Amino acid sequence: MGESLNISPDHADDPSRRDFIHIAAIAAAGGGVVMTAWPFIDQMNPAEDTLALASIEFDFSKVVAGQQAVVKWRGKPVFVRHRTPAEIAKAQADDQADMKDPQPDSARVKEGKSEWLVLIGVCTHLGCVPNFGAGEYGGWFCPCHGSVYDTSGRIRQGPAPLNLAVPDYEFLSDTKVKIG
Amino acid sequence: MSGPSSYEPKTAFERWLDVRLPIIRMANDTALDFPTPKNLNYWWTFGGILAVCLVIQIASGVVLAMHYVPNAGLAFDSVEHIMRDVKHGWMIRFIHANGASMFFLAVYIHMARGLYYGSYKAPREVLWILGCVIYLLMMATAFMGYVLPWGQMSYYGAVVITNLFSAFDGVIPGLGTYITTLLWGGFSVDNPTLNRFFSLHYLLPFMIAGVVGLHIWALHVPGNNNPTGVDVKSKSDTVPFHPYYTVKDGFAIVLFFIPFAWFVFFAPEALGHADNYVKANPLATPAHIVPEWYFLPFYAILRSIPDKLMGVLAMFGAIAMLFAVPWLDRSPVRSMRYRPTARWFFAIFIVATIILGWCGGQLPDDVILPIGKSETGAPTGFTVVWLSRILAAYYFAYFGILWFLKNEKTLPVPETISAPVLAEKV
Repeated sequence: MGESLNISPDHADDPSRRDFIHIAAIAAAGGGVVMTAWPFIDQMNPAEDTLALASIEFDFSKVVAGQQAVVKWRGKPVFVRHRTPAEIAKAQADDQADMKDPQPDSARVKEGKSEWLVLIGVCTHLGCVPNFGAGEYGGWFCPCHGSVYDTSGRIRQGPAPLNLAVPDYEFLSDTKVKIG
Repeated sequence: MSGPSSYEPKTAFERWLDVRLPIIRMANDTALDFPTPKNLNYWWTFGGILAVCLVIQIASGVVLAMHYVPNAGLAFDSVEHIMRDVKHGWMIRFIHANGASMFFLAVYIHMARGLYYGSYKAPREVLWILGCVIYLLMMATAFMGYVLPWGQMSYYGAVVITNLFSAFDGVIPGLGTYITTLLWGGFSVDNPTLNRFFSLHYLLPFMIAGVVGLHIWALHVPGNNNPTGVDVKSKSDTVPFHPYYTVKDGFAIVLFFIPFAWFVFFAPEALGHADNYVKANPLATPAHIVPEWYFLPFYAILRSIPDKLMGVLAMFGAIAMLFAVPWLDRSPVRSMRYRPTARWFFAIFIVATIILGWCGGQLPDDVILPIGKSETGAPTGFTVVWLSRILAAYYFAYFGILWFLKNEKTLPVPETISAPVLAEKV
């Protein structure tokens, strides 16, 4: 040996059986290492019971206009905000304003239910929970790095790149919403 | 580990052991008879101080782990149990918590010393890079350790730092989300996150100890740098490590224990945050969240940039610069003692980094120099975020300045380590 582990220069043009054994052995060992490593990395992904936390139901009948309820879904806060007509008007009026992540207010609520804004209460910058009602636009203000959201949960100022996310949800009745 | 060994086994047992496991020989050659430049000042004692810090953290940490419960429902209460019920638990926890701060204080002085005296220059690049690796491991360990008490600051510290990786969604959509989900083991920071952080927080200090071994190995091949930056030319430039530096380091360690003990016994919470005595609540973020003091300069750099991805890259880049500095600084002179221009830029760099740390602790929109008033009567003007931007720009510029100072007019460099000492006597 002494030369390259794989193919010695003498045999570069004429692979011998020994070269083949070297390559095959290294390939098998390398493949084995990768295949063994995968479960040790993948175990860090969410476990089955965590994934099974599918959906929750929430009775919003006690949330009066101008209020917000915070419910926990998949370990995260979900904002259920009962918007006042003034807040809705303000959000709709700003549809054409210059925004980082432009989206009309109508795309962020269910049709005919524009008073209910349901959002994942996690700042799209680094994951803090924005404070209700604070900030220049009357929506939310994130205390961590100063992102400001409007009454539609759209990012208006600060480092966050995206609007507050809208989760999958549906209204089961006039008082109940199913999130997830 | 380099040069001929001066060890001569004296007893029959030592001779017997020496041909089987020459461990006494290794101890002699690395810690007793190792030739060390005779002009090392007190800035050089921080290596020994750091070794003591690591031992203190491991010893106190192993004990704390005997009482701590890594479970999202029980962790906070188990820390209170340590504080109130475990015998001497309060003291051991305060040693561990303040020990982390003292560890970082010492490592920052150690790094600044290396930057000033050019200890990263050839042939010590690998030594320097191993030091940077240790620093990264220390940051990871400190961050995960801070999460374990599961208070509000713990929780939102974990949220913000893990979400840094979500910025990679801006590079490849979905990549950042994939990484954060993998880190969390769920859809948010929760029990699986706490469990794995505990496991890694216990593991990493031993990895640090391993890299410290390599760091000392890489130190003992070229030998210590020294305040003149001049290579050792003859035996008369050196003294044996023991007793000269064992005593000097020992004395410095005793001095270092004074502020350490003062924090532990008189101001154990001075460097902490009261909000961390509120149990983690995933539904409400504290009004003002800041990291521990030793991360503040990097936090200020992160906040100074309004774009998420660029902010995260700048923060990681600030640390990456340290890895590159052996090749960014092209001056043939090591020690800044003989670099009158570079030393000024260095001094400003240190001051800028400290003020960046101050900025990291303030609210970004706080006004430092009020110029006018807004419609609501609030003062407007020069804000913390703008100061951070200027200082962050200088932080990065410093490394570029080093590149361009290659042909700086230097002061005369002494021929040998002994020369300036002898000159003073005449």
